[in-house]
Amino acid sequence: MNEKKPRRKDRVPMPEQDPKVRATNFKEVPLGYTPEMAMEEAERCVQCKVPSCVCGCPVNVHIPAFIKLVAEGKFAEAAREIKKTNALPAICGRVCPQEVQCEEQCVFNKMGRPIAIGRLERFVADYERNNDLIEYPAQVEKNGKKVAIVGAGPSGLTAAGDLEQYGYEVTIFEAFHKPGGVLMYGIPEFRLPKDIVEKEVDYLVHMGVELKLNEIVGKTVTIDELLGERGYDAVFIGVGAGLPKFLGIPGENFGGVYSANEYLTRSNLMKAYLFPEYDTPIVKGKNVCVVGGGNVAMDAARTALRLGGNVSIVYRRAREQMPARQEEIHHAEEEGVKLCLLTNPVEILGNEDNMVNGLKCVKMELGEPDESGRSRPVVIPDSEHVIVADLFINSIGAGANPLLTLSTPGLELNKWGYIEADEWGKTSKDKVWAGGDIVTGMATVIEAMGAGKNAAMDIHEKLMGIMKPTDTSPEALPDDMECQLPPKRQDPTT
Amino acid sequence: MSQILSMRELVPTIYEAVVKAPEIAKKAKAGEFLVVMPDEKGERIPLTIADFDRDEGTITIVFMTIGTSTYKLADMKAGDSYYAFVGPLGHSSEIENYGTVIMVAGGVGTAPIYPIARALKEAGNKVISIQGSRSKELLFWEDRLASVSDEHIIMTDDGTAGRKGLVTEPLKEILEREEVAQVYAIGPVPMMKFSSLTSKPFGVKTIVSLNSIMIDATGMCGGCRVNIGNETKFTCVDGPEFDGHLVDWNLLMSRQKIYTHEEKCSFDLYLENKGVKL
Ligand SMILES: Cc1cc2nc3c(=O)[nH]c(=O)nc-3n(C[C@H](O)[C@H](O)[C@H](O)COP(=O)(O)OP(=O)(O)OC[C@H]3O[C@@H](n4cnc5c(N)ncnc54)[C@H](O)[C@@H]3O)c2cc1C
Ligand SMILES: Cc1cc2nc3c(=O)[nH]c(=O)nc-3n(C[C@H](O)[C@H](O)[C@H](O)COP(=O)(O)OP(=O)(O)OC[C@H]3O[C@@H](n4cnc5c(N)ncnc54)[C@H](O)[C@@H]3O)c2cc1C
Ligand code: SF4
Ligand code: SF4
Ligand code: FES
Repeated sequence: MNEKKPRRKDRVPMPEQDPKVRATNFKEVPLGYTPEMAMEEAERCVQCKVPSCVCGCPVNVHIPAFIKLVAEGKFAEAAREIKKTNALPAICGRVCPQEVQCEEQCVFNKMGRPIAIGRLERFVADYERNNDLIEYPAQVEKNGKKVAIVGAGPSGLTAAGDLEQYGYEVTIFEAFHKPGGVLMYGIPEFRLPKDIVEKEVDYLVHMGVELKLNEIVGKTVTIDELLGERGYDAVFIGVGAGLPKFLGIPGENFGGVYSANEYLTRSNLMKAYLFPEYDTPIVKGKNVCVVGGGNVAMDAARTALRLGGNVSIVYRRAREQMPARQEEIHHAEEEGVKLCLLTNPVEILGNEDNMVNGLKCVKMELGEPDESGRSRPVVIPDSEHVIVADLFINSIGAGANPLLTLSTPGLELNKWGYIEADEWGKTSKDKVWAGGDIVTGMATVIEAMGAGKNAAMDIHEKLMGIMKPTDTSPEALPDDMECQLPPKRQDPTT
Repeated sequence: MSQILSMRELVPTIYEAVVKAPEIAKKAKAGEFLVVMPDEKGERIPLTIADFDRDEGTITIVFMTIGTSTYKLADMKAGDSYYAFVGPLGHSSEIENYGTVIMVAGGVGTAPIYPIARALKEAGNKVISIQGSRSKELLFWEDRLASVSDEHIIMTDDGTAGRKGLVTEPLKEILEREEVAQVYAIGPVPMMKFSSLTSKPFGVKTIVSLNSIMIDATGMCGGCRVNIGNETKFTCVDGPEFDGHLVDWNLLMSRQKIYTHEEKCSFDLYLENKGVKL
């Protein structure tokens, strides 16, 4: 019994659905670890005295502590350890870009085999949920103050959960009929099953957070009304970056031309992939072109593939410059998505019914580096060619939606329309905080959660005089250590 | 959850529902619309605010049954609740005292035009309404529209009520007859298009309310885009009212037909589920 297996060297692989099979269904691609696999992987962690992995995580999850519990087979306890700083581990374990966050900073990364922190995080959260081991925190005494949260995305949900625990009466106002933000309408089922998102939101509601769906702040009610006649003491804005960008080339209004927002919202939120069981239709292309090289493009491409299309991703730079996660590009290619690199669309072609039927493109080559340090793609003369396509998805980024900000006087914006806020989320407007994509531009789930957390602390300080911790060093580090890493951000440009 | 307080068939295929929605009623203005979902599996469809009562906290919608979603709405009864009822959305109509205005309503378009006509009348305009429908039995709210109009003309395709003919005929006559400041046209796309073409030679600004296909209706998806004077606009946040002389009507019509095949498939399934033999 005491005999220990030698510590394994390489990461324990996570079983996945076979690419051929999964390309035809919307079930989750990675299948998750078994308890044995999780323990074997956890054994690999050497419990560093100065765990650099913790610094790579934007919310400083107590990584060695939770991994130790996994190695001991105490899975539910491990989940609770993570939840001390991260309320949504089942989600983060799945969608965090770990290779540029926690796992990048793991000491084993230098050897190319970092501890699979994300997989372990996902495993313990799933284990806790699937075995009904979720513990609800004890009811806290109410402090008599009310906070309104605008938007039920990761930033808003996190702020709501923390404020609830601080004793506030919290109400979330969400424009859509389902909470979750991008987790619900953007990221597809095969990467993040929607029942997991629903469970995480149920947890908050169970704690006492009030959820008001179908309420558009700026339309149904304004921020000034929330702070005035509705009697809220503070407002947190976490409305995300929900504005589609188009290329601005001829033919963009033909039928069958979508923004990634529309395509993914139809498929994920409205469940058009289950049409006609669900009523919302979606164009199912035979030959699909997705323009862009980020995660959103991968999600759109892999969705179109599952709906039966031959899918090509058209990207104007080279593969190395694609902003998408390597894992996602790899998954997409495995499933049969083709990459048309160094190619740029110049015109969308349509038939007599104004439906898209092709894409006129030019070939590009890499020239001098631009301001971002990446080689600038330059058009190769006489390289025009036509790609056949009956579905075209624009996935070239998102902007700030002005619906709310236009109706909120006194809220300072930057030149792109994002809300100006300090590191704690405080905006120029009295009693109003903001965080997540509407402040930073499209970033990551965990960064949005971090912003929600910071704002909650700042609100607590301003409203109740409870000072924020002055010690910025993560709890999981030795007392005299601080993280030395520059803050990380995904490159939002494509 | 917004509860239906009353529900009735106004005329064959056209229904009126009065819905409890105090927060929306408090805000509602003429020209704005809502997004309605009948049930969890349903579509998000836009419907104009046909009337509102701030004191009672109610919103009235009027819709015509044409496909799955509108049939599902028609199946619902007083006491039922919509899965989602969101608004008010879009820009409201710009209400001023312009002078003389002509309100052209086609079919179910009578409902959305009524609150605009009422607001324009209250603002001191001389309101001339032209209400068109296929035949007498499809006319509704004539009394309501007449009550806010200085002149009210009814047109039917078959001559069973009012004058026989198209709404564009009296429109042209009035424009020839007197000084008109503005025309409003709401109804089926061809009717809005031809009303705009009729008023164009007179140089009278004509406002139309476009009914492009929508999902979120908050400017998030771009699915509702239309072409106005060669510029792309989002109907939900930039409209729904636009200058009819600048609209690319062909594009609007083709974009409305994107899902024709799917809509039929969905409706067949709806009928099958209701036990109707195909
Ligand atoms: C397709 C896609 C894939 C992605 N994949 C990943 C990934 O794998 N990993 C990762 O870390 N990040 C990923 N991201 C980015 C990540 O999802 C976002 O950075 C994150 O969701 C931002 O959170 P948020 O709380 O700021 O806003 P959002 O998630 O955008 O949520 C905002 C919420 O506010 C609501 N809202 C908007 N306006 C109003 C209003 N006026 N009134 C009321 N409610 C309103 C919206 O309906 C929405 O529910 C992806 C993004 C997309 C689009
Ligand atoms: C701003 C606005 C206000 C409107 N106000 C009214 C109103 O007051 N009363 C009324 O009867 N109708 C109104 N409409 C039209 C109404 O939304 C459509 O009739 C309805 O969506 C049809 O859905 P269906 O499933 O019954 O029909 P389907 O069989 O799905 O479609 C029939 C036709 O309706 C249109 N349509 C389908 N889905 C949508 C959608 N999601 N959004 C918009 N149009 C769609 C398409 O042109 C389609 O060809 C309005 C539309 C807009 C954009
Ligand atoms: S939250 Fe994300 S970055 Fe932090 S430890 Fe978990 S997976 Fe890594
Ligand atoms: S850096 Fe790697 S090995 Fe060290 S504690 Fe963190 S996960 Fe474990
Ligand atoms: S309906 Fe999505 S932007 Fe108008």
